[in-house]
Amino acid sequence: MPENRELTYVEALREGLRQVMEKDESVFLLGEDIGVYNGAFGVTAGLLEEFGEERVRDTPISEAAIAGACLGASLTGMRPVGEIMFMDFVALSLEQLALQAAKVRFMFGGKTKAPFVLRMPAGSGTGAAAQHSQSLENWLVHVPGLKVVMPSNAYDAKGLLIASIYDDNPVIFVEHKLLYGTKSHVPEESYEVPLSQSRVVREGSDLTIIATSLMVHRSLEAAVQLSEEGIEIEIIDPRTLNPLDDETIIKSVVKTSKALIIHEAVGTGGYGGEIAARIASSEAFDYLEAPIRRLTGLDIPIPYNRTLEYHAVPQVENIVVEARKLSRGEY
Amino acid sequence: MSKTKTKTRKTEDLSQAMLKQIGESTAREMLNMMILIRAFEEKADELYILGLTHGTMHLSIGQEASAVGASYAVRRGEDYLLNHHRGHGHALSWGSEINLMMAEFLGKENGYCRGRGGSMHIADIERNNLGANGIVAGGIPIAPGVGVSIQLRKTDQLCLCLFGDGAANEGAFHESLNLASIWDLPVIYFCENNQYGMSMSVDRAFNIERISDRACAYNIPGETVDGNDPLAVYDAVFRAAERARAGKGPTLIEALTYRWKGHSKSDPQSYRTRDEVKEWQRKDPIPRFAAVLEGAGMLDEDMLKAMRDEAEQKVDQALAFAEASPEPDIATIMEGVYA
Repeated sequence: MPENRELTYVEALREGLRQVMEKDESVFLLGEDIGVYNGAFGVTAGLLEEFGEERVRDTPISEAAIAGACLGASLTGMRPVGEIMFMDFVALSLEQLALQAAKVRFMFGGKTKAPFVLRMPAGSGTGAAAQHSQSLENWLVHVPGLKVVMPSNAYDAKGLLIASIYDDNPVIFVEHKLLYGTKSHVPEESYEVPLSQSRVVREGSDLTIIATSLMVHRSLEAAVQLSEEGIEIEIIDPRTLNPLDDETIIKSVVKTSKALIIHEAVGTGGYGGEIAARIASSEAFDYLEAPIRRLTGLDIPIPYNRTLEYHAVPQVENIVVEARKLSRGEY
Repeated sequence: MSKTKTKTRKTEDLSQAMLKQIGESTAREMLNMMILIRAFEEKADELYILGLTHGTMHLSIGQEASAVGASYAVRRGEDYLLNHHRGHGHALSWGSEINLMMAEFLGKENGYCRGRGGSMHIADIERNNLGANGIVAGGIPIAPGVGVSIQLRKTDQLCLCLFGDGAANEGAFHESLNLASIWDLPVIYFCENNQYGMSMSVDRAFNIERISDRACAYNIPGETVDGNDPLAVYDAVFRAAERARAGKGPTLIEALTYRWKGHSKSDPQSYRTRDEVKEWQRKDPIPRFAAVLEGAGMLDEDMLKAMRDEAEQKVDQALAFAEASPEPDIATIMEGVYA
């Protein structure tokens, strides 16, 4: 197998699904247009032909029933993987996720489990405007009993997806539309990236950036530019938002003494607040040489206009400016 | 076009036919179960009045026939049950242990849900009772998933999905019935129409004659039965079960019944008259079914009294068990959030 084998994020997800389905009869897929249409973003292309319509199920436009069906099947011995076409539509599944799936285990005294994955693409940048561009991960992070996973590259996408399918909890698997075409090294064999392990994406000594999903890439680009100025950024990708491995983050901030949190979702009530609070209430507080800063999506619905949309969420140049200021103590 | 029908067979003919099908001992067991449910619910009510319970509860007094008729028509403990918030009777009927139910009702560690669920969330996973639900229509979208699972695992089980009249007006009802219909899923949608969603009467909440009329929208059979007659309920559910197990898909059954008590413990019942309640109490399903069995020579006064005494004993023993049971340990509070 070539060491440098590269796949796109979409191909990596598809390969993960295929490998698990080949091995495990209890895994099946359901969602809107995932069969003959190949999925709105092509993730499930070819799987209908390979596994048949019993295991690759096109559903009507019924997001509550998709989530409910995932739950019902998972309670009775299956490991379904559902797809919500755009993360925005998870609003229509929330009752089943937040009030049912997240609660069944605890509410029934720990005597049952609900092992399913619900995949959904988040993010702006496609001109799809306010109802098809949101990053709503924090809605789900706020519900104990759900796990929330957010892969930022093809390698993690495959490994985290396989780990999520074999996890015995409901997992909300948040993909990003602008990441689907990005490539990285992906081993051919089936492998798991364990949940709840943050990853140090880049090492540096001057500032820690904690970034999720697409923002990991933009932070990396910014870090390369800042490196030319002599500023070395450390980048942490939490990968699993809940339950969070905050030790890796805290350790990094102890080292760099400065923290910048970056996500595409709106700032108010966003995940960055949680990370900031964890840093501030940890031993890293004593090491902080600057306020913990956040760079997030603006508190607005995503606009349609290309220029406005561009400015609604953090871009590389915003990260460069913010990181430079913070590392120089200008805030 | 509508396949919906309201039962027109004469009750007496139906009773005779059904008693023959069910057999004498099961018929008596069903009456016995109705009496046990009544005793459990009356004790629950009493415990609340005495201030011995924590939180709310929803009593099913007056609705025992539909719980028992539905459960006994399927394979209790082998098939799957999705229960609703007024679910004590269904859980008992499904074969759950009264001691563990009472312990859960009192929030004890050895209750069905280790005291974490309480009255509204009793589940008995070993018996495939997937739990009572505090959200109106909350269990309805889960049912197609259970159905798909049964289909993919190729068993001949089914899912009995219980809900009330109020749930039929939630959007989830539509999504679920449509999905079950297009995939021919082995689901029985069993609507207990007890005439009120809290204070909202079905007359005000629906503009159709029968909730089962909605079945035609999914091209599945719909049927309305006398929910205070366990044999009529059994008959309809049994036929729906045969259809489900034969791979022919779901059925919508509406059982007409009445909730004697308030919606929950804090209901002043200003939305209905005492006369209306009394009128339904005259249709009490327990003496009515007892009379059917007596008429068929399957029951006498002594047997009936023995059933009542035994039920009271069981409930008292369950309460003693529950009272003697331990409280959950605070150190375990975080357990069970994640597997």
